[in-house]
Amino acid sequence: MTIKVKVLDRPIEQVSYVRATVKGLALTFKHMVDPHKVTVQYPDERWDISPRWRGTHRMLTTEDGKAKCVACGLCPTVCPANCIKLVPGEDEQGNRYPLVFEIDEFRCIFCGYCQEVCPEEAIHVGRHYENAEYSRDSFVYDLQRLTEQTHPVCEMWDPADQKGE
Amino acid sequence: MMTAMLFAQVANSQTDPSTGVFIIATVVKMVVIFTIYMVGVAYSTFAERRVSAWIQDRHGPNRVGPQGLLQVAADGIKNIMKEETYPGYASQALFILAPGLAFIPAFITWAVIPFGSPLPTPWGRIDLVVADLPVGFLFTLAISSVGVYGIVLAGWASNNKYALLGGLRASAQMISYEIAMGMSTVCVLLLSGNVSLNQVIAQQSQMGWNALLLSVAAFIFLISAFAETNRVPFDLPEAESELIAGYHTEYSAMKFSMFPISEYANMITASAMMATLFFGGWDIPFTQWDNTGPFTVLKSLATFAMFSSKVLFFVFFYIWIRWTLPRFRYDQLMSLGWKILLPISLGYVVVVASTVLALDYAGVTRGPMFGAVLFGINIVLMGLLLFVADRGRLVSPAYSRLDKRNVDKLRAASVGRSTLPRPVEKGA
Repeated sequence: MTIKVKVLDRPIEQVSYVRATVKGLALTFKHMVDPHKVTVQYPDERWDISPRWRGTHRMLTTEDGKAKCVACGLCPTVCPANCIKLVPGEDEQGNRYPLVFEIDEFRCIFCGYCQEVCPEEAIHVGRHYENAEYSRDSFVYDLQRLTEQTHPVCEMWDPADQKGE
Repeated sequence: MMTAMLFAQVANSQTDPSTGVFIIATVVKMVVIFTIYMVGVAYSTFAERRVSAWIQDRHGPNRVGPQGLLQVAADGIKNIMKEETYPGYASQALFILAPGLAFIPAFITWAVIPFGSPLPTPWGRIDLVVADLPVGFLFTLAISSVGVYGIVLAGWASNNKYALLGGLRASAQMISYEIAMGMSTVCVLLLSGNVSLNQVIAQQSQMGWNALLLSVAAFIFLISAFAETNRVPFDLPEAESELIAGYHTEYSAMKFSMFPISEYANMITASAMMATLFFGGWDIPFTQWDNTGPFTVLKSLATFAMFSSKVLFFVFFYIWIRWTLPRFRYDQLMSLGWKILLPISLGYVVVVASTVLALDYAGVTRGPMFGAVLFGINIVLMGLLLFVADRGRLVSPAYSRLDKRNVDKLRAASVGRSTLPRPVEKGA
């Protein structure tokens, strides 16, 4: 049995190869001479990132330079990637503070739950994304490194202001 | 002819050089041409990347050196430093030989292409062509056909089914389009009455460019040249969506790089042939200043600039087409070559031959008048060709228009029938 191929009876201007070629050449030429290019020259120029961008973490500090974290343990609990390591400590006045606070940026999925759950507004995800390193070990950020970050922090999604305006 | 007579009359710097000078001049020309050509090939790869980027609203490589001009050097160093791999069970000798075989013929063709008006020197008049062969044109046809061996051998020696398919496609494609290409150039030879490329140029400077006198042949030559150089839309030998990379699938490092280099070399050569055969070679249009003696250094430079700009335009045209058109299907390729280009070029040879014969018989001398008559006939033929080609029957049956009766038949046959088989009902 032969294969039956239906051929649509299209108008000539749709099936003409000559016209299509000329039209295509005109279009590509127009784009070639068009000085507007979409490429962002990355290291020289960058896009503005969204105020809700969830990037490299940052630990905020109190006025005397200590981390705001009270080692409540909520962030390691909520973390879906299990990338936060927290060992709590307590000083003479009974104030809790983190003895060890490490975030493995490799494991992190940047969901921002740690920032949302934090009662002290201590840990934040930040508006920053250039965190290349020479070794895998360097991606485990300890407390000192987290407090030393200076980039702006993420403004979390606000149900009252859904478009972030 | 006329120019030859002029040469005989003028002084020392306008006469033929002695044998010793000839040999030295030839060696110098070889070195100079090879250097310019290699740089041209390297920069055409760069031009391809930049132009493709611009067409796609990108910037392209612009980091290495000013405007990215040193990118080619970086690419070359990278390709030489890379590891060479050899597939197991490959035919080693041929595997190594193939890139060279693809590479060399593309370069040899340049030996016979004239690139400027004769250059006067204190030691005699030097023709600006490496070897002014009396059979120049036949030489280019022969050598360009040899180029396919490199591709076929690369495909065969790789011991890889995709490479082999690519090589086979290349050979089939080249053989098909070689014929149409040869036929379209027969018309040029009918007008020039000689196969020496310098004579072809001299004829065009008298009668007008062959692109105007023989547009149909120029059109066919252009299409065939695309197919001969394996450029899009005829890049089936390396169609990556079907054949990975075609004949150079198994190649790496500099041996791989030889194939793109030979492709660009072929592209420049085809552009130069196009410029020489149909666009007047080094002839500057609208003036006879450059064609008549006494020849000066200024004339040589001006004609060389003219020739280069023509070649560069066609190189650009190749690139422009590549980033505009999609690839042909294999059956479309064959149908275009055998069913369309070959008959048209054959018929055109007959038309041009009869016209030339009739004009000679009527006593019209070969000059502007002769050209004008051909031009008139040619406009009609070109219009006819484009009209027919525009009727949607150009390449493939799948895109062709059916006549009314067949469409009705198809529609009647498809009424009430689903294209998919019906699902089997359970329990039935």
